[in-house]
Amino acid sequence: MLGRTLREVSAALKQGQVTPTELCQRCLSLIKKTKFLNAYITVSEEVALKQAEESEKRYKKGHSLGDLDGIPVAVKDNFSTAGIETTCASNMLKGYVPPYNATVVQKLLDQGALLMGKTNLDEFAMGSGSTDGIFGPVKNPWSYSKQYREKRKQKSHGENEDSNWLITGGSSGGSAAAVSAFTCFAALGSDTGGSTRNPAAHCGVVGLKPSYGLVSRHGLIPLVNSMDVPGILTRCVDDAAIVLGILAGHDPKDSTTIQDPVKPFTVPSLTDMSKLCIGIPKEYLTPELSSEVQSLWSKAANLFESEGAKVIEVSLPHTSYSIVCYHVLCTSEVASNMARFDGLEYGHRCDIDVSTEAMYAATRREGFNDVVRGRILSGNFFLLKENYENYFVKAQKVRRLIARDFVNVFNSGVDVLLTPTTLSEAVPHTEFIREDNRTRSAQDDLFTQAVNMAGLPAVSVPMALSSQGLPIGLQFIGRAFCDQQLLTVAKWFEKQVQFPVIQLQELMDDCSSVFENEKLASVFLK
Amino acid sequence: MWTRAVWLGLRASAGGRRGFSSKADPQGSRRVTAELIEHLERLALVDFGSQEAVARLEKAIAFADRLRAVDTDGVEPMESVLEDRCLYLRSDNVVEGNCAEELLQNSHRVVEEYFVAPPGNISWPKLDEKEPFSHC
Repeated sequence: MLGRTLREVSAALKQGQVTPTELCQRCLSLIKKTKFLNAYITVSEEVALKQAEESEKRYKKGHSLGDLDGIPVAVKDNFSTAGIETTCASNMLKGYVPPYNATVVQKLLDQGALLMGKTNLDEFAMGSGSTDGIFGPVKNPWSYSKQYREKRKQKSHGENEDSNWLITGGSSGGSAAAVSAFTCFAALGSDTGGSTRNPAAHCGVVGLKPSYGLVSRHGLIPLVNSMDVPGILTRCVDDAAIVLGILAGHDPKDSTTIQDPVKPFTVPSLTDMSKLCIGIPKEYLTPELSSEVQSLWSKAANLFESEGAKVIEVSLPHTSYSIVCYHVLCTSEVASNMARFDGLEYGHRCDIDVSTEAMYAATRREGFNDVVRGRILSGNFFLLKENYENYFVKAQKVRRLIARDFVNVFNSGVDVLLTPTTLSEAVPHTEFIREDNRTRSAQDDLFTQAVNMAGLPAVSVPMALSSQGLPIGLQFIGRAFCDQQLLTVAKWFEKQVQFPVIQLQELMDDCSSVFENEKLASVFLK
Repeated sequence: MWTRAVWLGLRASAGGRRGFSSKADPQGSRRVTAELIEHLERLALVDFGSQEAVARLEKAIAFADRLRAVDTDGVEPMESVLEDRCLYLRSDNVVEGNCAEELLQNSHRVVEEYFVAPPGNISWPKLDEKEPFSHC
């Protein structure tokens, strides 16, 4: 049951084949079993069970709220949740309990979703590995998959199997791991430079970044106001579309949401491929790209072409500068956004009481880790009077050039761009930490951050397993506010590639038959 | 002010936790001076804390310097991707509030309905420098 799609589970709930409470308890028990993944910071067991109870009452009366009623979901810990600790994986907000729900959280709850818990992330969503939070790193469930372990046995050196676990990618690694390990059906992440798509690709799930302005950011603890977007992680494109339909729309509390009316939609099946034009940006073919990802990218392009779509090479000339531009704009906005953490109204407060400034400084030193402090300092550098024009304004100009690149490409008849999401498959943690956070982010965000600067929708769809048995995903980028078209193409692709289900047999002792036989109807073993 | 001059002098020679400066970059890019460090720490109210942090800033600056190669003549800075749209302004009516108690609960130091802050008229440097404070 846990491996089903949202629609299937929803149908099963309506027909009474399973109850919300059973579903909730299954997920909670699985969360306990997979605790070593460290995907969750807070598990809101009581809240979820209570929600399940209410959902059950609704189903009994035949008044379900919709597709999400009774469905377990998880939320990244940088979204405010009323009454539930929200930490951003930082000492600064440890113990902070928001008095309100983020709009997107409220929307999920209004639809009857069950909140399983808050997921782990890099501190304040800064990072590309989900390794730099105060609660420790998140482990990629694929490290424990049959697919990966079998490949490793073939070249086993008899080493301890757990010591070389893989990262999830980041910064929404906890959400991606939670969805990948079947502990929930959908999870919210945030995407500022690829933070939803990167871990989605590494964990073999779908990671959707909606168009900027489509989904409310109210309650999402901000990193970069002009680029942040709540992200959606699910196990299939249809599910992502369902969640997007619920979350999208104008929010009076977020003035950067567009006012155009937005309706939930189902993703249609793509039938006429001849009308579709796929663009392949040539500048994304970099030497750092692993040969496996490159060959899968090629294979995908050929797939579209062989089915009748037009596939053309396009150019995004300013690609090589986009990561630098992102770096300047991101640190500058971060410097500004992090200024609110002074210990006075919420969050950590130090013991020093001599002066306001001394108190602020000590509070911030104690509350932030090196990564956050580094970005704040860099950002302040770029915003200095003598640097403002040469760095910040310059980066804003380059941003326009990058956004224009995309507009030009889409104006030339391209519907959707196809690119890699990451440079390679997930790497072992021991390898990842050899470089510092900034270097890693610069490397790993290569394909994803330009999209945030242009505000476009993008989705990472898992395509195939690497030779090591690990997921590799590809990214589709759409026109602004053409999220439905983007998902249509993504869904077609997903159906073509038939990405394998993760086999976590060793963990699922008493549920093994549910996972082995996905096509089995609604038999639900206890 | 003499206190400031002495302090900078102390920092430059002390070589202690705060005596950071960068080695001259072989490519001749900007040096992160002790003065700059102090300035940034004061603006950001966040300290570098180590030589590695200073080195990281230098790398970040060198990285950002690559932007100079881009020709941006005649290009307007872009502040928001939604610049072509009108920002939504809701009507100026009070629709929620009266939650002072809830909000005060999140603070560590509160007196009645006030957040309590230490005195604001004492300027930095930090207390552990044991410098005489300059009062405004």
